[in-house]
Amino acid sequence: MHGTRILDEADRLMTVCNSCRYCEGLCAVFPAMEMRRAFSDGDLNYLANLCHACGACYTDCQFSPPHEFDVNVPKTLAVARTESWTAYVWPRAFAGVFARNGLVISLVAALSVALFIFGFAARHDSQVLFGVHTGPGAFYKLMPHNAMAALFGAAFLYAIVALVMGVRAFWRDIGEPIGMKTDAAALFQAIRDAGELRYLDGGGVGCFNEDDRPTDRRRLYHHFTFYGFALCFASTSVATLYHYLLGWQAPYPWWDLPVVLGTLGGIGLLLGPIGLLTERRKRDSVLVDEARYGMDVAFIAMLFLTSLTGMALLILRETAAMGPLLALHLGVVFSLFVTMPYGKFVHGIYRFAALVRYAMERRAMAQGAGE
Amino acid sequence: MADLNQKFDVLVIGGGNAALCAAISARRAGASVLVLEGAPKFYRGGNTRHTRNMRCAHDAATDILTGPYTEEEFWDDLLRLTGGQTDEELAKFMIAESKDILNWIVEQGVRWQPSLGGTLSLGRTNSFFLGGGRAMLNALYLTAERLGVEIVYDAEVIDLEIEQGMFLSAKLKQPIDGVSDIRASALVAAAGGFEANIEWLKQYWGEAADNFLIRGTPYNRGSILKMLLDKGVQDIGDPTQCHAVAIDARAPKFDGGIITRHDSVVFGIVVNKHAQRFYDEGEDIWPKRYAIWGRLVAAQPDQIAYIIFDSTVVTSFMPTLFSPIAGATIGELAGKLELDPAALEKTITDFNAAVRPGTFDHTILDDCRTEGITPPKTHWARRIETPPYLAYPVRPGITFTYLGIRVNRQARMVMKDGKPSANMFAAGEIMAGNVLGKGYAAGIGMTIGSVFGRVAGREAAKNARNW
Repeated sequence: MHGTRILDEADRLMTVCNSCRYCEGLCAVFPAMEMRRAFSDGDLNYLANLCHACGACYTDCQFSPPHEFDVNVPKTLAVARTESWTAYVWPRAFAGVFARNGLVISLVAALSVALFIFGFAARHDSQVLFGVHTGPGAFYKLMPHNAMAALFGAAFLYAIVALVMGVRAFWRDIGEPIGMKTDAAALFQAIRDAGELRYLDGGGVGCFNEDDRPTDRRRLYHHFTFYGFALCFASTSVATLYHYLLGWQAPYPWWDLPVVLGTLGGIGLLLGPIGLLTERRKRDSVLVDEARYGMDVAFIAMLFLTSLTGMALLILRETAAMGPLLALHLGVVFSLFVTMPYGKFVHGIYRFAALVRYAMERRAMAQGAGE
Repeated sequence: MADLNQKFDVLVIGGGNAALCAAISARRAGASVLVLEGAPKFYRGGNTRHTRNMRCAHDAATDILTGPYTEEEFWDDLLRLTGGQTDEELAKFMIAESKDILNWIVEQGVRWQPSLGGTLSLGRTNSFFLGGGRAMLNALYLTAERLGVEIVYDAEVIDLEIEQGMFLSAKLKQPIDGVSDIRASALVAAAGGFEANIEWLKQYWGEAADNFLIRGTPYNRGSILKMLLDKGVQDIGDPTQCHAVAIDARAPKFDGGIITRHDSVVFGIVVNKHAQRFYDEGEDIWPKRYAIWGRLVAAQPDQIAYIIFDSTVVTSFMPTLFSPIAGATIGELAGKLELDPAALEKTITDFNAAVRPGTFDHTILDDCRTEGITPPKTHWARRIETPPYLAYPVRPGITFTYLGIRVNRQARMVMKDGKPSANMFAAGEIMAGNVLGKGYAAGIGMTIGSVFGRVAGREAAKNARNW
């Protein structure tokens, strides 16, 4: 028996699946399962985070509902996944955030947007706030660069610390020693697997969404979203280097690297979330953790708003709307950062850790077989 | 929704591998096709739901097959496992056709993968379905739908109108729409055997059949088979025989599938309800040993037996769905199994005393055997002496039946007078007895289904379009 009902159910299913094994070619979960005969809490949390929720094992399973064996691996692991993030969260006091995620994220977002608008309004008269500012340093007329850097640096740092602490607890629980420098090959394999979303393809035909016809749309939209996010992050990083190394101040001309990266990323981060949300709304409820709908939507919405406000700022930056839009954009980005460790964002981090672990296990097995 | 008033070129009754291969092949040959599947959508596909591979001849290794499996070798295997109870012409035809099925089935959307963990012995001969039998079915159904095959579920056929070997119409009974007549120019019967029809099984097995568990769905009732035999089609295969393996007695009555089976016999002993051994547990290696225990248990009182082993061998076989029943002593275990403790203790003591020293290797016929007891355990005999003592209760699990209808190389039914039917064809388990009169080898049922399904569909379409 495990600590929670969902882990008991996951254990029951893994026992069913381990005596069948028909799904072992579909993804990483079932080969990882086959390496074990019994499952600890950590093992089940590892398998839950390894699952990409493609749904193929549900559609292919001869024992899925209405069969009396009631095998629904995607839904069970989806619930277990969120519960695992709740269990590993740092600090512990925020564990409840996952349960009411949509509400909390909305509140934090609204609050931080309000804070920036109020802050801008309090510090500047309306001439500055609604003034037209152009040329290098235009943004910093509204908020000094150092204040911006300090605030966002702190928020980002906090998010990183909280995420690292959570994943550290996960890594320990699944029985891995801290530190994995020694296995660069596994790390590289995991980067490839995550980068391609290798296990979101239903074993080759695509994942299952609204019915039993496989499609690759979710993977496509996820790529838009993920690489859009990555490009935006790259844009910010380049801009930071420009500022500190070269002394070049934002805003940059449209053809300059930060703007090009940010624009491409922004487009991805508009299209991707719209697609993901559409697919999420169509998705067969039998495959998903319904209680998590708010969290899924909140994260998608935050990414979309980050991009939308950023793109609006780019387009209207030489008009009087720049001040209010900057406040809006900074508010959204700030709330995205501080809520990162407490929402759907963490799925990527935990899944990557699980993929690293899986790559290590596979290599160990292959070496074992080779001897 | 299909217009069921129109006359179809080809009517396919059944919904498994053979039925879908027939439907797809008939449709590809230009025919209009209606599939009537008696089960609801979830349970569609009969025994195909629970399959996982197919045995096809091939002259060279492939991406997923580790080496060649020639037609000659396939034929030798078939001859051996059926003890000669096979139609040589049909069997050799099927084996030759099986080569192309490896590619044809992929063109219908089915995907292969190498043999599953724990089945390495099949890596050379058998191609496994990625995702298993239901994944295979899903792919075939998607292809059939895309091609325009009409499919109706919950479609029970309650009568066939056949005149002098010619199919005229079928009487369809649906839960909501009631009874209607379905007309078609040709019929493909691919509706499986009668393994889920306990009353029918009782004709041959008596009341013992009440204790049988059925490994597939409750829809394999053999009603189409019975109608055809009653209406003048020639039968083939021993009606009294069925393929049975030992499965966990705690399994559901129907549709427990592959996960309820036990393959731990060689690691211990098997006793009946009187705590007596009744057969050499070490007679042969997998898969033969696996296929005989269903019948052996069926012959025991109350059709129940117990595989008994100790804690040293638990990890020697695949994890099982149901945990073994455990006891710290033989007596405690006997109590939990409701066996006579003294009798079980004596059986195990006698067995342990008879075990001769040897070198255990479960992958070969090793030299660990007993001396001086009856029945002996001729291989893999080791003392059962390390608690906890463990047991699996087992019952006969019926996989399929052998009685079928005779067909020729066109998969065309042969009537009792020896004449071929004008427009009736059969494929799959319903005619498997032509090729497989006895015995079984992994994946052979699917070969029969795909090869004869494809042929039946093609021939039925040709037949209908020449009308």
